[in-house]
Amino acid sequence: MKTFWLLVRAGFRRHSTYRLALLAGTTTNSVFGFIRASILLAALASAGTAIGGYDAPTAIAFVWWGQALLGTVNLWGFAEVKDRVRTGDIAVDFLRPINPQLAYLAGDLGRAGINLLGRGLPAILLGALLFDMAPPPSALSWVSGAVSVVLAVVVAFAGNFVINLLAFWLVEIRGITLLWMITGGLLCGLYLPVPWFPEWLRTIAHWSPFPSMLQNPIDILAGRVVGADIASAVAVQVFWAVALLGLGQLVLRAGRRRLEVQGG
Amino acid sequence: MSERLRPYRVLLASRARAQMQYRASFVTDILGTVGVGLAEFAEVWVIFHNVDVLGGLDFTAALLVFALSNLAFSLADMFVGHLDQLPRYIRAGQVDAFYVRPLPLLAQLMTSDLSLRRVGRLTVALVALTVALTTADIAWSVGTVVLIVLTVVSGTAIFSALFTAAGGLQFFLVDGAEFTNAFTYGGSYAAQQSQQVFPDPLRIFWTFVIPTAFVAYIPAVAILGLPGDHLAPPWLAWCTPLAALLAWAIAGLCWRLGTRHYQGAGG
Amino acid sequence: MSIPTVIETRELVRDFKKTRAVDRMTFSIEPGEAVGYIGANGAGKSTTIKMLTGILKPTSGHVRTCGLDPMRQRVEVARRVGVVFGQRSQLWWDLPLRDSFAILGAIHRMDEPTTRARTDLLVDQLEMGPQLGIPVRSLSLGQRMRAEIAAALLHSPELLILDEPTIGLDVLSKQRLREFLVAERRERGTTLLLTTHDMGDIERLCDRVLVVDRGRLAFDGTLPGLASTVGAQRMLVIDLATPTPDLHDVPGATLVESESGGLRQRLAFDAETTTVAAVLAHVSSRHEVRDLTIEEPDIEDVVRRIYAASGRG
Repeated sequence: MKTFWLLVRAGFRRHSTYRLALLAGTTTNSVFGFIRASILLAALASAGTAIGGYDAPTAIAFVWWGQALLGTVNLWGFAEVKDRVRTGDIAVDFLRPINPQLAYLAGDLGRAGINLLGRGLPAILLGALLFDMAPPPSALSWVSGAVSVVLAVVVAFAGNFVINLLAFWLVEIRGITLLWMITGGLLCGLYLPVPWFPEWLRTIAHWSPFPSMLQNPIDILAGRVVGADIASAVAVQVFWAVALLGLGQLVLRAGRRRLEVQGG
Repeated sequence: MSERLRPYRVLLASRARAQMQYRASFVTDILGTVGVGLAEFAEVWVIFHNVDVLGGLDFTAALLVFALSNLAFSLADMFVGHLDQLPRYIRAGQVDAFYVRPLPLLAQLMTSDLSLRRVGRLTVALVALTVALTTADIAWSVGTVVLIVLTVVSGTAIFSALFTAAGGLQFFLVDGAEFTNAFTYGGSYAAQQSQQVFPDPLRIFWTFVIPTAFVAYIPAVAILGLPGDHLAPPWLAWCTPLAALLAWAIAGLCWRLGTRHYQGAGG
Repeated sequence: MSIPTVIETRELVRDFKKTRAVDRMTFSIEPGEAVGYIGANGAGKSTTIKMLTGILKPTSGHVRTCGLDPMRQRVEVARRVGVVFGQRSQLWWDLPLRDSFAILGAIHRMDEPTTRARTDLLVDQLEMGPQLGIPVRSLSLGQRMRAEIAAALLHSPELLILDEPTIGLDVLSKQRLREFLVAERRERGTTLLLTTHDMGDIERLCDRVLVVDRGRLAFDGTLPGLASTVGAQRMLVIDLATPTPDLHDVPGATLVESESGGLRQRLAFDAETTTVAAVLAHVSSRHEVRDLTIEEPDIEDVVRRIYAASGRG
């Protein structure tokens, strides 16, 4: 556990050296925030009522929490593990006393932490300052929202980790990565709230891990999901976190066997 | 003229050849950009699943705006989108290699890559444009056709100018290169919208500062024969080439400042 | 008609924020010269090259390359100069080597027959035929370096600038590269400016050396001249027929070492004050000499002494 925390802190420090990049990320996220907020407000004005449980202040909260968490949750994936599998460096990871999946998860949590502070916080403050934005309605929303954000980071990491490990068997995982990124981007609730989707698309989204990566924490923090519903939103995330981490362990073990048989 | 352009033709052809070498990943990449185009379209479509009118446009009109801006953006992205990768070129020493070749730096950089995979997104845009133009109620005339052609050309020029300006600024911003995404990719996102969704200050920004309103919305108002409003009167559509020229003037300035800075500070 | 100077700098200065990378550098290089430009890392070598080719703007001073102002006439300079940056490739890594030559030919606006003829010639001289169809990224370092030099020479430049051309190469690759450059100079009279850490490059290729230290020109002259400037001496190794007492009394020479009871003795002598013949005559008039060899000064040592003399490591 101590090693885990050390790795989290290392991930935090490693990514905090790119201050200018964090600021640049905030700027871009904010520009997208302005545009998306305008679109959602125009849609609500056109409908004349709330859509899918979102009124103007919660829609604004949806937009800015989404932009704030965009850098925190690694939606677009990473290639580090894939590259290490390809070069065979992953063998070195197996020799370490900590499970590779946990080691990379720790690093990613550290990365998420600095991004939340350096990139998310300014965006959410800007949104709250310039728009009529719904705050988290209660202390419960704050606390469960925070837990939900951590779970979102874990789910996104665990999914990407599995995809990365496919490099043990596939020469080129680019196609799968692209497919994961595009479907994920659409279904996680980054562009538009999942409740706005037509019935069939919403069903697909609900059976996928993607809403657990963004939509669920946003719903809790924006106050669209309150009371007992919070428990089920978080439970879904826990399910996906456990399922994907477990799958990752299985795939990792299979990959290790393959490595031992082939000698890298 | 053709002799003058031969180096660039050869450079671009070589880039195309290089991408064809890895056919499997090339096809994957094309499908990827089709996916990106479809995801962008899904956003428009999902909104119109909930409302009938957005920012004064019905679905067909919004589809036209989406198509025009995506067409221009994917063309610009295909030809000069790599300009905003400048820090990578600097780190690889590629910029220095360009300096010791007898061609203008910007022209070399522009022709140093050609992202053919973007034809995927381009195709989505073309299909959307065809559907929009055939289903919308348009009073066709020679003027409409000229305006559409003018819009695609000028829109591509405007996005190219944004990428060029981004490249110029990145000589200064090496570590903060992502800053320019705010107006290249952000500009593209803004261009896809009915400008009426924005409050006036933002509309003025996207019309007169970063002129992406000219890429699709302002011409679409004229093409569809809509009344327009105070910030988008139909006649303004004919000023699109002017907006492109101004964007290029500023892009040229950014580029000049950037290269001066590079030669002055040494990268 | 006088042939114009190929490179000319006067009081050339380049500052970076707080440091002065190049300090009042004045030198000129005439057509056909082969000049080694040496100095420690960060001494100002690359900065000078960048100013010569129009990549960097001088802070002050005067610079002309092929009689042109590199800042104002960069394109014209690029037409007449070939540059190889040792660590950076100017080839197209994802295409067969042949394509890189074809593209560079087009960039230099050579017509296709000329490009082909010139490519064939260079490829033949550098023995690169078998590599023409291989993508550049699959070439070995030695092959790539030869390809880089061929690429820089494709447009028949008057001046070839090589920045660390042999860095990381094995002995054989270095050897082939040097032989080619010697031949190229002999045949075409190309002016050569070369930065290197490898003294073998200087000894084999250059008839003149510029030593730069902390941005300043510390030495400009011939290689033997450099050796004598810093007091490095040539060494005469004499093998004698019988064990001989130490040779202390040879005019103009100093005994450095005596081995095997006086069978082999090393005498250091200053080339400026005496000659091998005089030393040999003196020794052989008194003892029977079996064999002799002359050891040239170790150039790395010479450069080290220059740094030491100007207060550096």
